Amino acid sequence: MALTRRDVEAVAHLARLSLTEAELERYGAQLEAILGYVESLNRLPLEGVEPTTHLSPATDRARPDRPAPGLTQAEVEALAPEFRAGSVRVPKILEE
Amino acid sequence: MMKSPASLTIHEAAAALRAKTLSSVELTKAVFERIRAVEPQVHAYLHLTEEDALAQAAASDRRRAAEESRGPLDGVPIALKDNLCTRGVPTTCASKILERFVPPYDATVVTRLRAAGAVITGKTNLDEFAFGSSTENSAFGPSRNPWDLDRVPGGSSGGSAAAVAADEAIAALGSDTGGSIRQPAALCGLAGLKPTYGRVSRYGLIAFASSLDQIGPLAKDVEDCAILEEAIEGWDAADSTSVRLEGPSVTQASAGDIQGLRIGIAKEWLGTGLDPEVRAAVDGARVPLEKLGCTFREISLPLQDYALPIYYLVAPAEASSNLARFDGVKYGRREDGANIVEMYKKSRSAGFGPETKRRIILGTYVLSAGYYDAYYLKALKARTRLRQDYLDALKECDALLSPATPTPAFRIGEKADDPLQMYLSDIYTVSVNLVGLPALVVPCGFSAAGLPIGMQLIGRAFDDATLLRVGARYQNVTDWHRRKPPLPDSGEGGV
Repeated sequence: MALTRRDVEAVAHLARLSLTEAELERYGAQLEAILGYVESLNRLPLEGVEPTTHLSPATDRARPDRPAPGLTQAEVEALAPEFRAGSVRVPKILEE
Repeated sequence: MMKSPASLTIHEAAAALRAKTLSSVELTKAVFERIRAVEPQVHAYLHLTEEDALAQAAASDRRRAAEESRGPLDGVPIALKDNLCTRGVPTTCASKILERFVPPYDATVVTRLRAAGAVITGKTNLDEFAFGSSTENSAFGPSRNPWDLDRVPGGSSGGSAAAVAADEAIAALGSDTGGSIRQPAALCGLAGLKPTYGRVSRYGLIAFASSLDQIGPLAKDVEDCAILEEAIEGWDAADSTSVRLEGPSVTQASAGDIQGLRIGIAKEWLGTGLDPEVRAAVDGARVPLEKLGCTFREISLPLQDYALPIYYLVAPAEASSNLARFDGVKYGRREDGANIVEMYKKSRSAGFGPETKRRIILGTYVLSAGYYDAYYLKALKARTRLRQDYLDALKECDALLSPATPTPAFRIGEKADDPLQMYLSDIYTVSVNLVGLPALVVPCGFSAAGLPIGMQLIGRAFDDATLLRVGARYQNVTDWHRRKPPLPDSGEGGV
């Protein structure tokens, strides 16, 4: 499985990471080695096998709909990188 | 010289506290004295909470004087892995992205430990976001193995393991996604339990891979593991995967004998890559277990060789999704950007370390359009077959016995540049998370170089007690767990 530099760049963009040239090269090679290692799964017959996504036997049940306190505004403000006028601030979301 | 109270187990400390030959304040002070003496060499902790610990200890002593003591953990100093949220106390996950994060709430396990009267000593080191097997991926420097300071304590709960092995805590909590409690327990000569998936609430555990993560104890012996599991387990409204437990308590159910138990050993576990000293130590554990009435049978787990490939698709996929929340918006590190996407990218690239980026990239790749069926879906199907193998084996066996790790502790730096070699150190532990079963690591010997070796017992879903029973009976007739590392004090009068 050959991975191009552009493949790694595209994945990094999806993951919202910006990688340096050195990182692109290193992660590309390592990703290729890891994907090569997991290729062995192709030898397993898996037709008709259901995928397993979770293992807890717990089932959903409704809880009583009672109001309970959440975080206070002061607690949210203390955590936020930028907070003004009762809001968490972020940079521009829409381009003009 | 009198034995320091810091070297006690939970049950020994509880007995001394009950007999009033020791107070919680004395015990807690002894633990912090020990921390001051050895922590410069071991680096088990990222954050200490001494002042609060002494206040908790004094409160525990007052409860005891008023005959309102809350049980075996009341007044006992316990360390917490730094991916468990603690109200008002920094919780970093050993990551620069959470360097200044102070949670506004406690994880459910922390709430339960506090309710049981435990004294919290501080937060222990780990591989960043629990990604690793050595603590070398911590953004704040590695922890060291108290048995040999040039070697890793294992990971990712390596700080918790090093703290307990060095008597810097009476016991600790860790988390286990692919072996992160069991592998460091084995490498540091401790008992470590990964409870059945669903037994312990994960609310407030910073998520790595949600279908695999489970919180559990690292302790000086198996009896302590039972005490801690009992304190933290059970249904929690805040975690929809947690289960309502029925029947006798873990400490009750793990008290009996093990006459007639059938233990399986998979032939696939003893192949190439297993260190001969580890093989001999695990094989040697059969003798005392047979004397205690267990019988052994060879079984087969044909999919064993596929467990690691499945794990390194499933775990990074879930991790890449879980770590999407670290975006610099509401909490954690933020770097300025001209627009929001640039802000995300700069914050995440500056905040995450190399292994974290590697796993996010791998996980994002295997979940991306065009590769989902080829990698992730295939792994989920193989996971079903792996699980069936284990369920079949546990129909004819009450428990399974395997090595915990392929080798004793490796040197710091030895595998740091080779992710695949590092991943191979989890070869005996990852299956258990993929199939959701409980597993217990128990010390079963030492290498010629004096490094601890552990064995792993794997049980049926929700039958954690049988493992604890086997481990406790084994420890009644062996003394591997009583050995202490030859750790020189680094304080005055030390080396």
